[in-house]
Amino acid sequence: MRVLVIEDDQETANFLKRALKEQGHVAEYAADGQTGLDLARGGAYDVLIVDRMLPKCDGLAVIGTLRAEEVRTPALILSALGEVDDRVKGLRAGGDDYLTKPYSFSELLARIEALARRTSPEESNTKLVVGDLVLDRLSHKVTRSGEAIILQPREFRLLEYLMKHAGQVVTRTMLLENVWDYHFDPQTNVIDVHISRLRSKIDKNFGSPLLHTVRGAGYTIRDSAH
Amino acid sequence: MIALTKLFRTVTFRLSLTYLALFGAAATIAMVYIYWNTTVLLSRQLHQTIDAELKGLAEQYKAGGLDQLVKTVADRSETPGNSLYLVADAQGHRIAGNLSAVSPELWNSLGPVEFVYSRPAPGGTETRLAYANVFRLTGDYRLIVGRDIEERRELARVIGSAMLWGLGFMALLGIGGGYWVSRNLLDRVDEIGATSRRIMDGDLSRRLPVKGSGDELDRLSEGLNSMLSRIEQLMTSLREVSDNIAHDLKTPLSRLRNRVEAALSEPDGGPVYREALERTIEEADGLIKTFNALLSIARLEAGAGGENRETLDVAGLADELAELYEPAAEERGLVLRASTDEPIFVHADRQLLGQAIANLLDNAIKYGAPSDGAPVSEAKPEIGIAARVAGDMAEIVVTDHGPGVPAPERERVLGRFVRLEASRSEPGSGLGLSLVAAVASLHGGTLKLEDNEPGLRVVLSLPREREALINGTPEQEPRAETHHA
Repeated sequence: MRVLVIEDDQETANFLKRALKEQGHVAEYAADGQTGLDLARGGAYDVLIVDRMLPKCDGLAVIGTLRAEEVRTPALILSALGEVDDRVKGLRAGGDDYLTKPYSFSELLARIEALARRTSPEESNTKLVVGDLVLDRLSHKVTRSGEAIILQPREFRLLEYLMKHAGQVVTRTMLLENVWDYHFDPQTNVIDVHISRLRSKIDKNFGSPLLHTVRGAGYTIRDSAH
Repeated sequence: MIALTKLFRTVTFRLSLTYLALFGAAATIAMVYIYWNTTVLLSRQLHQTIDAELKGLAEQYKAGGLDQLVKTVADRSETPGNSLYLVADAQGHRIAGNLSAVSPELWNSLGPVEFVYSRPAPGGTETRLAYANVFRLTGDYRLIVGRDIEERRELARVIGSAMLWGLGFMALLGIGGGYWVSRNLLDRVDEIGATSRRIMDGDLSRRLPVKGSGDELDRLSEGLNSMLSRIEQLMTSLREVSDNIAHDLKTPLSRLRNRVEAALSEPDGGPVYREALERTIEEADGLIKTFNALLSIARLEAGAGGENRETLDVAGLADELAELYEPAAEERGLVLRASTDEPIFVHADRQLLGQAIANLLDNAIKYGAPSDGAPVSEAKPEIGIAARVAGDMAEIVVTDHGPGVPAPERERVLGRFVRLEASRSEPGSGLGLSLVAAVASLHGGTLKLEDNEPGLRVVLSLPREREALINGTPEQEPRAETHHA
């Protein structure tokens, strides 16, 4: 995955570059909005990471300009402004996701991987398949090894989101935002309990588990046989 | 002198001057009118009197000729009064009457005429104004019948001077009154100005003077005072935030630092380092959460945020959150019961309100289990969330059967970082209820803690959306009481 980091803080940029490289991604970096804009126009990047406050050209303006020029590269906005209103502004400007500083790298990684995947054609699939687990988005039926699994509507959406991002790490906040549409931080482990319920339905009576916990990051659904 | 020019520039003073001019003009017109009418009335009386006299004398003359006329005139002249008579021969010698000398103009004129005559008075003679009719009789004799009209002249003089004095007095009163009123107002405005300068210098506790008379300046001052109170309140809460940060963020920070330091002093790092680093990240995450919550509360209390308000079904939101929290409650051995039968619409920011309700549920789950030894009436202790209508308000009620909050503490626990002794064992920042209270007041609502006998009942009230009530709303299935288990 090719990532462009537009970030004026040298240390943060270096950290992101190194960490992304360790994860097998290629990261380039621009120190101000104008350079970032030029690079984003020319290079074929999979994801942009854009700091909101940048010298020369503000982060939201960079994204706005790109969108006006029909450059559709998914963009994640990084900002110290964390209120819901700021978030809404960022998404309205054309950003695809919004992450508040300070953030954990695993959260950032999970989010940009999800963003890069969004452009892939799987989005429109009516059937999601992971190993022997099949989720039919039209009939709302879930089967594992051909056996029907009864899910509550919310459990269905939770599984759907996880399967859409199969093989990727999905964080708790991503789940809360995308499955429940809440952008705040619950104090308790509400998501974990939902996951463990889901797990008991799809994994408990079957051979190999599909839903895995990624320590310190979140969850992932994948066929461990592969 | 500067004070005086300042005074002249005041609106009040200029208004007084304008009114003074208007009233002066009105008074002058009134007096001129009175004088004019009086004069007309007096002249009419004068003419009538003279005509009557003449008629009488003409009859005498007709009946007895000149002798008879002379006799009558002589008789009438004896009677005291304002009537003037004269019968004179062709050479102008007086034959009878009380007019002594006759000027040539009077002598030669015919008909009505105004003239000046002199008459004896104590200490000499006096000249007075008179009005008379002059007739020529046969043989160039003259008959003059008139009346003294000096009094009329006197009247004009009296009215004139009354007018002068009156106007002068009025001007004096007007200017004086204007000065006094303006001075008064100016003093109060100056006082307000001085107070606001002192406030600007940093003394926020000062308030503008209010006289208690309820006049416009008082009302202005009262309005500004409540604005100042609000500003002071905001400043205080800001100061509180920084105090809180100093106290409640420094503690975990120093804990964090100590841990790192302790780990560094271990001779061989390995797993010790790893554990220390993991704990450090945990602690840092906790700090970030606390910090975010503090900032949110401060912003909400300052009236910022919540720009994304929409009409939403608060009962539906409560139900959704109950669904989100239900597994967590079950894990704690609690039953979460949601009674959110009918949609209730409010105008609110979904995220903020969601966070507020989530905090309430969070508390109920953390502290809602009955304390040890308390009689357990049910198989599983229950916590509840209900949405109901109370007049103009929508109420979200979260109940538990935990130890509750003692009545004297109920106000205090809404403050920042306030945690009851009993709750110290649970993780938390002591900011949850503060945030709920801030969200409630931002939306024009309230947060109340009550006794659930036993346990705690938290009531979050928000104003209901009026328009949604009138226009009808997107139809939603009424929810049956759900029992998540």
